[in-house]
Amino acid sequence: MQPVTGLSYEQGPPLGVPLGFFQSATLFLLLAALAGLLASLWPDSLTSRWSPAVLAITHLLTLGFLGLVMVGAMLQMLPVLLGVTVKVRPFWAQAARHGLSAGTLLLALGLGLGDRILLIGAATMLGLSLLSLLPGFTRALFFSRARTSLTWPYRKAWLALWVTFILGLSLALGLAGLWPLADPIGLTHLHLIWGLAGWVLLLIIASAYQVIPMLQLTPPYPARVSRSLTWLLFTGLLLDSLGASTMGAVILAMTALIFSLSTLWIQHRRRRKVVDETMSFWRLGMVSLALCALLLPVTGQLTESLVDPAQTSLGILFLIGFASSVVMGMLYKILPFLAWFHLRTQTGAPSSQIPNMKQFIPDRQQRQHFWLHLLSVVLLLPMPFLPGPFALLGWAFLTLSAFQLLRHIDAVKRSFLAHGGRL
Amino acid sequence: MARIADYLSEDHGHCDDLFVAAENAVSTADWALAQSAFTHFKNATLCHLAREEVVLFPAFESTSGMVAGPTQVMRMEHTEMRDTLAAMEESLLQHDSKAFLGLSETLLMLMRQHNIKEEQILYRMCDQMLAGDADNLVERMAAVTPGAAAQA
Repeated sequence: MQPVTGLSYEQGPPLGVPLGFFQSATLFLLLAALAGLLASLWPDSLTSRWSPAVLAITHLLTLGFLGLVMVGAMLQMLPVLLGVTVKVRPFWAQAARHGLSAGTLLLALGLGLGDRILLIGAATMLGLSLLSLLPGFTRALFFSRARTSLTWPYRKAWLALWVTFILGLSLALGLAGLWPLADPIGLTHLHLIWGLAGWVLLLIIASAYQVIPMLQLTPPYPARVSRSLTWLLFTGLLLDSLGASTMGAVILAMTALIFSLSTLWIQHRRRRKVVDETMSFWRLGMVSLALCALLLPVTGQLTESLVDPAQTSLGILFLIGFASSVVMGMLYKILPFLAWFHLRTQTGAPSSQIPNMKQFIPDRQQRQHFWLHLLSVVLLLPMPFLPGPFALLGWAFLTLSAFQLLRHIDAVKRSFLAHGGRL
Repeated sequence: MARIADYLSEDHGHCDDLFVAAENAVSTADWALAQSAFTHFKNATLCHLAREEVVLFPAFESTSGMVAGPTQVMRMEHTEMRDTLAAMEESLLQHDSKAFLGLSETLLMLMRQHNIKEEQILYRMCDQMLAGDADNLVERMAAVTPGAAAQA
């Protein structure tokens, strides 16, 4: 008899795959926060986006935390959202997780210490790990007969990830001295917008179209928004890349603003009245994103000495205020549900005898986590202008935020195993 | 033509509305209202599941020849839903709002991810494969009523 596993047994991977990705990812959030704490001992090291410490922390957050969560979530969610199975064997998925983790660590160390051997090692490790996922994802996204309204948005996000990676690869190997970098600042700008707007924002927008109405019982996004927004975003990216940077930036900021405001609007009109703590994470994320969009044009008007710290603050708002909050809100829905579902199908025990979603992670714990995370965002924002006690406190709260998430993921795993689940 | 998809997607929306009413009543501890709202929701959901299991899935399976395919997955998830509904009913009888809301959160995730798979994939396949018979199928599904489904 075929064992009954997975979200639906032909489609999803075993729980150990997404759970492993989420655990590794959260370890990177913790590591980023601890690196921030350490760097705060030298306040000047955190005031510029070009400083080795900020570059290292940024990659721990983007590749380590956001990247690993997103790859893990895509392996799990594409069967539901697109009706396609990503054919990556659990062994290879876990190998990719460890490879990406090792590559991210090497990269953060290489950038932080300016060591060329570490950078070459990081580029090799990250390249091999991403390549191992390439056939499975490409087949699922581009060669499957299944088509939904989300097929193209996900294709664009996947393409943006590769553009980001190739640009990052050429930068890392350039820094390592393997070839000359003609325009490192221009290349970094492209790497950054394809990574943040192309991969992170586009993927979150594509996922939100389904996930917000589905999980929070809101009305759907207005059709005009959901049909055009990811194309608008992609146009902004292309314009920016082709040299029309002002026009590109305006379009990117508009996209972010439209997305954040329409999300807040449909959430405001939701019919469900019961407490849903994940909404707080989403709201914090959307307010942060709207602020990023509104402040982005202002940074261009500042006197030269203020531009760099202002951009660093915007980076904090985008990565910790927007993307990390949204990812946390999403994890608090996906993970307890997967644990419940796998437990039900594996053990056959009635629902009354296994923990329900809110018993896996109670509301109260999510609420505590939310406040810690909010405090970390508020305290870290002025860091590039006012390094010192605020920043130290901010990193301390981010450490607690990461620690809470790690503890909650671990509690889900322990409860799952205690009730007879198999990873 | 999306005759089958339209009809059953609308039915999903109807069940969602009743779900919200029941959950909102429990969250305000209005137990009399909660009981009647939950009964409406449960009956409508069981009726929807019966429409699929009695009419649509057999038609899909006999035309496509796929007995162990998507319909088997959907039937399995229906079993999970029935089981969770039973546990919710038990918690309602005990006026245990915490247990009810934990289970309703779980059922909501289960239903919504299930509905997306049906609306995005299975119903579309049905509309393509069973286009000639769609009117008749919808008529037969409409004839399955909450009362009949509850007795089945």
